Amino acid sequence: MTTTIYIFLLCGALALYSLSMVSGLLHLLRPRPQKSLWCKRFISAGVTLHLLAFVERCFQAQTLAVTNLHESLSFFALLLGLVFLLIYRKIPLPTLGTFISPMLVVFTLWALATTHTITPQPPILRSFWLPLHVLLSFAGNAFLVLGCIISIMYLLQEHLIKKKQIKGIFRNLPALGKLDESSYLCLRCGFPLLTLGIISGSVWASFAWGSHWSWDPKETWSLITWLLFAALLHGRMNSGWRGRKASLLTIIGFAAIMFTFLGVNLMLSGLHSYAAH
Amino acid sequence: MHIVALGLNHQTAPVATRERLAFKTEELPEVLRRLRAETGLSEALILSTCNRVELYGISNTLDDCHARLIKFLADYHQIAAADFADKLYFHTDSEAIHHGFRVASSLDSMVVGEPQILGQFKDAFAIASAESSTGLILNRFLHRSFFIAKEVRTRTKIASNAVSVSFAAVELAKKIFGELNGKKVMLIGAGEMCELAARHFINQGIEQVLVTNRTLSRAQQLADEFSGIALPFDIFRGQLDQADIILSSTGAPDYIIGPDEITKALKKRRNRPMFLIDIAVPRDIDPKVNDLDNIYLFDVDDLQDVVTENLDQRRNEAEHAEELVNREVEKFEQWLASLSVTPTIKQLREKVLAICDQEINKTLAGFSDLDPKDEKRLKAMVNAIGNKFLHHPISYLKAKNAATDTQPATTIREIFKLDDN
Repeated sequence: MTTTIYIFLLCGALALYSLSMVSGLLHLLRPRPQKSLWCKRFISAGVTLHLLAFVERCFQAQTLAVTNLHESLSFFALLLGLVFLLIYRKIPLPTLGTFISPMLVVFTLWALATTHTITPQPPILRSFWLPLHVLLSFAGNAFLVLGCIISIMYLLQEHLIKKKQIKGIFRNLPALGKLDESSYLCLRCGFPLLTLGIISGSVWASFAWGSHWSWDPKETWSLITWLLFAALLHGRMNSGWRGRKASLLTIIGFAAIMFTFLGVNLMLSGLHSYAAH
Repeated sequence: MHIVALGLNHQTAPVATRERLAFKTEELPEVLRRLRAETGLSEALILSTCNRVELYGISNTLDDCHARLIKFLADYHQIAAADFADKLYFHTDSEAIHHGFRVASSLDSMVVGEPQILGQFKDAFAIASAESSTGLILNRFLHRSFFIAKEVRTRTKIASNAVSVSFAAVELAKKIFGELNGKKVMLIGAGEMCELAARHFINQGIEQVLVTNRTLSRAQQLADEFSGIALPFDIFRGQLDQADIILSSTGAPDYIIGPDEITKALKKRRNRPMFLIDIAVPRDIDPKVNDLDNIYLFDVDDLQDVVTENLDQRRNEAEHAEELVNREVEKFEQWLASLSVTPTIKQLREKVLAICDQEINKTLAGFSDLDPKDEKRLKAMVNAIGNKFLHHPISYLKAKNAATDTQPATTIREIFKLDDN
């Protein structure tokens, strides 16, 4: 019974994300200010339902419900939506919703397609550090993924301006300056969270397994991701990296995040693997 | 009752014809008076701009209305009708309404979406209404036109993209920087085009203008005008890094700025983007500069392409505007048709009250010593009977939508024999 409510809420969120994707695409093809507003409104409504679904799930599981692939995908979509709304408040980019809503749809749909039974947690993992580690890492990654989507928009827009293709969707993409600014903002929010996520994970590992760092694939890959973004942040702050170069690095970073998040769990086995269950 | 529109515009007539038929603003009141007197129009308005001369009017009949209007134009301007009659368009009823709405919404303009026509139309209306040359129908027609023009402007993107080279540059700058507040512009060469573009940029909140020119005094002159700073021509290359936007239009035969200068400037600016606009022919800035990261170079042809593209976009948006206009034409026609029941109501009331009058007078003639007070009361009673009797037929007429159904008015007219006296 309770699972039905959870699935119902999640489907509702998916429907709203789909609506935002449709209105976002319509806005891109034929821009009207109302349409981009609707795109954002649908995302806000979807995120609200998604949040309710998540809270409901947490009550059922009696823990932060991010324990298996289904929950991870769903939680990631939720955070991505939230982070989008946060960044939008700071720097409103009308067409960003168009690019973010397909991601929300894909992740939520994928979550719904995977088995969603509640995984009982082994006692070894029960600790205050686990939810903290998960929350920080996921939030950090959500910011960085959003930054990557903004960077893709930047590269697209930059290409069109350089080639003087001042037509079609060019008209509706945000200004380059705004895109670069918000991509940088995502990096500045995401990187500290990712850092804290890795540190909290390491502290928790020392309680659970007695060692801070055990070089399992997930740990190695997060370190690689962290180093990439550290280099990018350093470049942006001290060497005037911006625009195209920074966008390309953000996208490489995104690839690393996706591999750390999904590739490692699905392809390699280790301490973090969902496959173990 | 018909609404008519007669005129010519930039598409139908060359400027030589247009200027011969144009009216001066100061002679319009007189022209309007003559127009109504000579052609029998009950209401009239004249719109005369450099691109069009149009007469709008209300005529009771369409018989030879066209010919009378042509004769008026020929007489007034002392030109043979044959010289211009074939360049005229003449619209009546819904077509005239449609035409007027399109003109006001700038759909019929040479540069579709240009905003001046609405102001010109409003001025024409002000003159005509001051002369009491417009009445019930034209007043409403023009107010609707202005309302629709505003709707078209806000609900479509018909006027949203630049159609001049200098303004296209400003729009591109916004696409690159987001907002122009606090940005600096450098003008290289002090040509007219540069000046015009600089003025657009200043209106958008540019913080500072730097001007350089081979003759320093000319640079100083322009700089003073924009409260900017003049730079001697031999040192400007070292100052390039200060500018976010560079407008170049010198008469130099070769490139005066190349990748080396810009690379140096970029280094000093820590890669903050620069927008270079080269409006000189031959060009001032080496096109290789565009290959550098964070540099956006547009020459005069690129800007012209943007303008052409924007014009296409406007034509696309115009299609949506046309739909909007069509809907409004339909609404206006309905209103016009509803006016047609008004005369029926008026005639019905006149007929009934005339019978009342006639009968009471006949009766009163038979009395010899009636108190004037009683006479008054008798008259009031008869009128009250007449009005009570009229109440239902009139509300029946008013309730029906006269645009879609003319039957009720016809029936009433037949029953009461309103059409044969």
